[in-house]
Amino acid sequence: MTSLATSTSATEAVTAEPHEGHADLRLFGLATFLVADGMTFAGFFAAYLTFRAVNPLPAGSTYELELLLPSINTMLLLVSSYTFHRSGRNLLLGQMGPCRAWLLLTAGLGAAFLAGQMVEYFTLPFGLTDNLFASTFYALTGFHGLHVTLGVICILLVWFQTRQGGRVTSAAPFGLEAAELYWHFVDGIWVVLYGILYLL
Amino acid sequence: MPIPSSLVTLLVGMALVLSGLWVGYNVNLLPLAASANAPVYDSLFRVLFIIGTILFLGIVGLVVFSLVRFRRRAGDQTDGLAIEGNLPLELVWTAIPAIVVLFVGLYSYDIYQRMGGMSSLNDHSAMHQMPAMETMEASVTGAEGAPDPAARVWGGIGTGAGETNVLPVEVTAMQFAFIFHYPEGDITSGELHVPNGRPVELRMKANDVIHAFWVPQFRIKQDVIPGQPTVLTFTPTKAGSYPIICAELCGPYHGGMRSTVVVHEPDAYDTWLLKNSPVKATVASAPSTPTA
Amino acid sequence: MTVASPNDFQDSLQPQGWLRYFSFSLDHKVIGIQYLVTGFLFYFIGGALAGVIRAELASPISDFVSRETYNEVLTLHGTVMIFLWIVPVVNGGFGNYLIPFYVGARDMAFPRLNAVAFWMIPPAGILLIGSYFITGAAQSGWTAYPPLSLTTPALGQVVWIVSVLLLGGSSIFGGINFIATVLKLRRPGLKLMQLPMYCWAMLGTSILVVLSTPVLAGTLLLLSFDIVAHTGFFNPALGGNVVVYQHLFWFYSHPAVYIMVLPAFGLVSEILPIHSRKPLFGYTTMVYSILAIVVLGLVVWAHHMFTSGTPPWMRLFFTIATSFIAVPTGIKFFNWLATLWGGKLALNSAMLFSCAFIVNFVFGGITGVALAQVPFDIHVHDTYFVVGHFHYIVYGGTVFVIFASIYHWYPKFTGRMLNEDLGRLHFLLTFVGFNLCFAPQHWLGLNGMPRRVAEYDPSFTTLNQISSVGALLMAISSLPFLYNVLVSAFKGQVAGDNPWNALTPEWLTSSPPPVENWIGAAPLVEHPYGYGVDEDALSVEAATGRDLWSGTGRR
Repeated sequence: MTSLATSTSATEAVTAEPHEGHADLRLFGLATFLVADGMTFAGFFAAYLTFRAVNPLPAGSTYELELLLPSINTMLLLVSSYTFHRSGRNLLLGQMGPCRAWLLLTAGLGAAFLAGQMVEYFTLPFGLTDNLFASTFYALTGFHGLHVTLGVICILLVWFQTRQGGRVTSAAPFGLEAAELYWHFVDGIWVVLYGILYLL
Repeated sequence: MPIPSSLVTLLVGMALVLSGLWVGYNVNLLPLAASANAPVYDSLFRVLFIIGTILFLGIVGLVVFSLVRFRRRAGDQTDGLAIEGNLPLELVWTAIPAIVVLFVGLYSYDIYQRMGGMSSLNDHSAMHQMPAMETMEASVTGAEGAPDPAARVWGGIGTGAGETNVLPVEVTAMQFAFIFHYPEGDITSGELHVPNGRPVELRMKANDVIHAFWVPQFRIKQDVIPGQPTVLTFTPTKAGSYPIICAELCGPYHGGMRSTVVVHEPDAYDTWLLKNSPVKATVASAPSTPTA
Repeated sequence: MTVASPNDFQDSLQPQGWLRYFSFSLDHKVIGIQYLVTGFLFYFIGGALAGVIRAELASPISDFVSRETYNEVLTLHGTVMIFLWIVPVVNGGFGNYLIPFYVGARDMAFPRLNAVAFWMIPPAGILLIGSYFITGAAQSGWTAYPPLSLTTPALGQVVWIVSVLLLGGSSIFGGINFIATVLKLRRPGLKLMQLPMYCWAMLGTSILVVLSTPVLAGTLLLLSFDIVAHTGFFNPALGGNVVVYQHLFWFYSHPAVYIMVLPAFGLVSEILPIHSRKPLFGYTTMVYSILAIVVLGLVVWAHHMFTSGTPPWMRLFFTIATSFIAVPTGIKFFNWLATLWGGKLALNSAMLFSCAFIVNFVFGGITGVALAQVPFDIHVHDTYFVVGHFHYIVYGGTVFVIFASIYHWYPKFTGRMLNEDLGRLHFLLTFVGFNLCFAPQHWLGLNGMPRRVAEYDPSFTTLNQISSVGALLMAISSLPFLYNVLVSAFKGQVAGDNPWNALTPEWLTSSPPPVENWIGAAPLVEHPYGYGVDEDALSVEAATGRDLWSGTGRR
């Protein structure tokens, strides 16, 4: 009977690294998680579309959306996907300066998107509990906004880690690749959301 | 083996089918059948019961037989036969369930159509309302105005095409009671009274949470959903009193949310109607007036 | 307890002995056992709740607990049994323990995520159970249909939502881990079509988890907005639509049945060949039928809503789709029967529970096909017929398999055998009690007893009392089991590494296994069911097959 009175943290330090290394599956895992996350959105979209198909807008309630601001926002996100892509390419080429600059630009675009979203929230003629469609609108855009916020935070973290001596390097690009995959996913969801909420 | 195994299989199969048929025709698990739907339902039940009995007995028989016949004798350390599969056999038992469920599916579709499940809703949906239907409704319910989009019926079993002389009853479900209102005669009652042999159309709405209207002897059930009116049609065929049961969890007193449906002979129903109606004049004419 | 091998010592600084089971261990075997033990704790809690229900129903009037308490109890019973017992045990418990062995890995793909997934369960469970004592538990059933869930006491409902969200998250993390492990972590040379069947079952299950659980999470988020922020998604008084909730809820909760049942199919596929000394019959069709069940399982949810005012075309579609699930399921059952046929069946507890599973599940499956038929369902929907049906599926099906699996893998977990006599007694009591409890409920439902009631028509008293006696027998049956499991861990007959003479990879190492599963390289098992085939059925580098069983061939 061996009973080593070691603390848990000491244990983790030893076992955290795989005993014999296997391929890095973290991106695969993240992709699977994003499928799951996408299903949450799919559920919301399905609910919204069903509401639209069968529930009439109650008399006397407003549910009108302006197109200009969300269209600008869509452009911002699409461009940010491109800038993130540029950043990733720079990282793999070992060009840390441009990589970090593109990252910051991406984060800025994300923040601009969030600002635009806030402006829209404050200028809309309806509130969260005004009617079914208002609630669905805020739930969908809010849930997506939460994802964007998380994405911006992740980008800033990655930006911090790409500094001299940081964890993310061209040899270990996982942090940036993960954030990039996530960011493209969030953009993709927005495009669908834009189509369903604003254009349909 | 002296007897060819194909012959044994055939005999066992025949015995299974016979016992399934015997069980299906001689074991009654259902309550009294008191609506036009019920015998139709019961014939579906019988078919399912027979097929189910055959399958269940067959599979249990195989399991028990295997456990006895192929049990490991003491001291035997050898393996069984290394049979890893048999494509024709596997195809057979893919095909058998496929054919059985296809048959069951088509048959139950037919049953459902005979119960009125497939034909109903368009007739009642305000969006697709036909003029003939409208006049009929107007003549039955009295003074309903233009079709109202909010009056859309969302689900249930409606009257089949060509049904006439339908008795409409408005049902309101609430925690924890059903209230029945008869537009013919403006009666409000806590019990449902219906004449034997005449189609009854329940137009159901709920005030608070989801309830369900269930009469086991009629073999019908429909959720009563707040904000989404539903409809349920049945034709009682046996005089008597049957329980109305709420079948959807609706709160602490869900188990106590019960009422009674009383099926009268037509004369007795007219008497009941006369006795309870505050507006005697309309009652005398309404039930005997065939509409449309 | 024996130390698996001297290598343990140098390999690991993990807490040893019982302490590691309370740690944030990253070892898949420890996590598996953590899941199992936690699951069993909740099983006994859920069983006690069931006891309250059966005690209340022993008389036709509401006299044992208050009506509100009764609704709390039935809500907790459903939630605990599904989310804290069956799903964690058949997925997290056996999955974590077995899958790395089966794919020839040293651990799961994401060990830390794995530990996080497990440690989300105890807080969720404590929240759920604690809500009963502190705020009052949810009263709207495990389905939490609005508007009832909006009008019952809000705090209990919100705690319920938080708890289920945690459990759903745990389930999703587990699912991601299983998918990555099965698809990406296989030992070099091991092909997908050589994997033991449980891997396929867990792959299918995990796909269902990843695709459907998030929808439940989103739905419950919306429901919590309705409760907390007074939005009107599912509140008809505010223009909402209650049926949309039901669609979204069942989009998860029907696949949840397969999430509970597919792993059981996988476990049985492991147990039957070993104890009948025959290859698993029809491996390929088994795999395809799992995949077919996954695909069909995602498109049948609305058969729970035949009376909910769904349009006729929808009822027709879901009737047909649901009926066709019987086809792949039927294939699996016939294949199992063919596996038994001509074997050398050991009539031990694992085998008895597995065969009882076949019998129970066939019964539940037959009533299930009947329930898929709209006209049939319209009469028995929301009655005790349905209660009987799904207990035949989840208890008679999955829980019987869990017990079979405990008897089968206990020697692997502990290195000691369970007592067979106590095991057979446990089986007998469970089988009789189970059928006594749930078979009469079908008749009750057909004849007019709705589900979730605290009071009922007095003419149903006798059958309800029989059912309650059955429940009591089931409760008693857990005593020999508990005694057996607890005492055998210390006093059971020493099992040796491979007491069943099995070919699947988890038996090709010591019992209990060393921290990283194998001393040396993982064996390449190309024929996990190669019983009765030839000596080379199995190849571990140079060692030949059967030598491994006795342990003489291992270097």
